[in-house]
Amino acid sequence: MKIVVMCGIGLGTSAILKVNAERALDRLDIEASVQATDVAGVRAAAADAQIILTSSELVEAIGQTNADVIVINNYFDVDELVAKLEIALGS
Amino acid sequence: MPLPHLPLDAITIGAHAADWPAAITAAGDALVRSGAATSAYTDRMIEVIREFGAYIVIAPGLALAHARPGADVLTDGLCVVTLAEPVVFGHPHNDPVSVIVGLAVSGADDHLQFVAELANVFNDPTVIPALAGASTAEFVQRVFGQTEELS
Repeated sequence: MKIVVMCGIGLGTSAILKVNAERALDRLDIEASVQATDVAGVRAAAADAQIILTSSELVEAIGQTNADVIVINNYFDVDELVAKLEIALGS
Repeated sequence: MPLPHLPLDAITIGAHAADWPAAITAAGDALVRSGAATSAYTDRMIEVIREFGAYIVIAPGLALAHARPGADVLTDGLCVVTLAEPVVFGHPHNDPVSVIVGLAVSGADDHLQFVAELANVFNDPTVIPALAGASTAEFVQRVFGQTEELS
């Protein structure tokens, strides 16, 4: 499975989200690759992704996608990531 | 790669900022003071928010000011600014902001490890309120696991 984390410029904030998404996936015992990208690269990066994690501010910038878009409010709250990934993955 | 050094001159306690560009400028000034970046980097951090919105407010009360690597980044750097009065950035959940962490990275590929260290610090939910209430720069250094002995 592939998860894309997106921020405006593809580093810094998205890197924090990537680190904590990987911690959440570990906790859920789910194997997935997590790729950080920016607004410009999200369409290509998410073409084969199941989930896009991002901020509410950036949802509109994603445009059309087949991936589930999950909005994360607190990038440092691994519990929030676990809960939202669990719902999205139906596990 | 551990966190970049957080020298005392990269920490501002109780800055007065009338709006979010002033708050980001305070963070940019701290990066300039510590030698991590030039003032052109400050302008680029503001530009990121103008272009993409307040998504850099990544947790309640905390903004992560940053821009892409560039010639205006002199070395990897970290700064912390606490605001005397919280400032609204326009984020639907995490406003207002009391703490700004500024990040300057010289290369996109090698920053993941120190961002992971940053996550280690902030995954403790008591850290943002503790920083917001900090009265000394030395306290902020200790929160980041750094002391003057390291410098």
